[in-house]
Amino acid sequence: MIHFVVHDEHDSVGVVVVEGVKAGQLLKGWIMDQDKEIKVRAQSDIPIGHKLAIHKLKEKDTVIKYGTDIGRTVAPIKVGEHAHVHNIKTKRW
Amino acid sequence: MNLSKAKFRGYKRENGRIGVRNHVIVLPVDDLANAACEAVANNIKGAMALPHPYGRLQFGADLELHFRTLIGTGSNPNVAAVVVIGIEEEWTKRVVDGIAKTGKPVVGFGIEQHGDHDTIMRASKAAKQYVQWASELRREERPLKDLWVSTKCGESDTTSGCGSNPTVGNAFDKLYPHKVTLVFGETTEITGGEHLVAARCRTPKVRKEFMAMFDRYQEVIDRHKTSDLMDSQPTKGNILGGLTTIEEKALGNIQKIGRKCLVDGVIDKGEVPSGPGLWFMDSSSAAAEMVTLLAASGFVVHLFPTGQGNVIGNPILPVIKLSANPRTVRTMSEHIDVDVSGLLRREMTPDEAGDALLDCMFRTANGRLTAAEALGHREFVLTRLYESA
Repeated sequence: MIHFVVHDEHDSVGVVVVEGVKAGQLLKGWIMDQDKEIKVRAQSDIPIGHKLAIHKLKEKDTVIKYGTDIGRTVAPIKVGEHAHVHNIKTKRW
Repeated sequence: MNLSKAKFRGYKRENGRIGVRNHVIVLPVDDLANAACEAVANNIKGAMALPHPYGRLQFGADLELHFRTLIGTGSNPNVAAVVVIGIEEEWTKRVVDGIAKTGKPVVGFGIEQHGDHDTIMRASKAAKQYVQWASELRREERPLKDLWVSTKCGESDTTSGCGSNPTVGNAFDKLYPHKVTLVFGETTEITGGEHLVAARCRTPKVRKEFMAMFDRYQEVIDRHKTSDLMDSQPTKGNILGGLTTIEEKALGNIQKIGRKCLVDGVIDKGEVPSGPGLWFMDSSSAAAEMVTLLAASGFVVHLFPTGQGNVIGNPILPVIKLSANPRTVRTMSEHIDVDVSGLLRREMTPDEAGDALLDCMFRTANGRLTAAEALGHREFVLTRLYESA
């Protein structure tokens, strides 16, 4: 069973694609472009569609998804932690 | 899916364009004519009114867009015949004359000096004739290249970028070599991925035109914004669905143009493409506004991916909805035409998802009603550029 998907192996984040992910759960991820699997332990409860970090991020790091810059962190994010508007902001506008 | 011999059954119109629906519409030129148009549609079964809130004291480019949208809507090949009603004769005639260029039956009525009762009576008589005439038109088999297919997504979430948008991209990549006319747009929702779209433009000229449209819209945002748009782009629904930044939303959005097709040209709002290929329309990303413009540009079937669950339809353009979000597919099943949630469980390949969408597209083109049509979603929303005079 796939719990989260990642577009590209260099991405910083993956997307949870099942409902009810809880902190502490060991999650299986599918990296779509390279067709690989990875495992990450969830550090937070994460709703379906929301992201988790698959690489450790420091504050002010660039966040990569689709192999492309999607914004910057405004707080450090641990591997397996919920990554969203509370710790990532746009670089535009 | 091998599309080399693919055909669909459509209505051939007087100007050679092919429609997949056979509507008789009652089109108001302005807000004041809505009541009369709705009365005519109530009198004549099979005639459909398209009420809207604008059309008075507009001027300049905003007025041109108003006329272009109304004339384009009436000219769309999904429409068999048109009854136009406006408060004044002159602007009514302008819409009638624009639609008449297609050769289709169209007639207009001005309300001034007649009142609603007399106008409704005369317009109803015309609408009755059109409906009976249109009911005898028959579909004929047509090659795939006669189909004009548009896309725009809505209530996106992260599953849009991984599932439903790449499914449209897969379908577009398969349609493109067959000289189908395709379009995408949503200018602000390219923000963060504009370099990727620019790289897909066929010629430096197209690239320059695309970037000029993109930069113009960024200036509009910069001029009017009071924040980083975290309530509007991404929307509250997007954020609830897990999308964090406009860049992330944009990169998911542009999955809809696939991996192979090139951008062959750009069009302004409601303009008609001059040939086959993939076109970029400079447009708002608001769902009903853009789908209304796509109908005015002459597109006859629409592919609409959603994540959190948009419910949009259009009066004349069948809107096919697909979703890869398993929760949305479960909780809003009545709105979803194609379920591609299997993609995110690895039970479906992108190729299979694209084929499932194309299969639904052909069935819809051949006459099957979409969920939005069956549910009566007829959002007709005109784009305004600025205040009236």
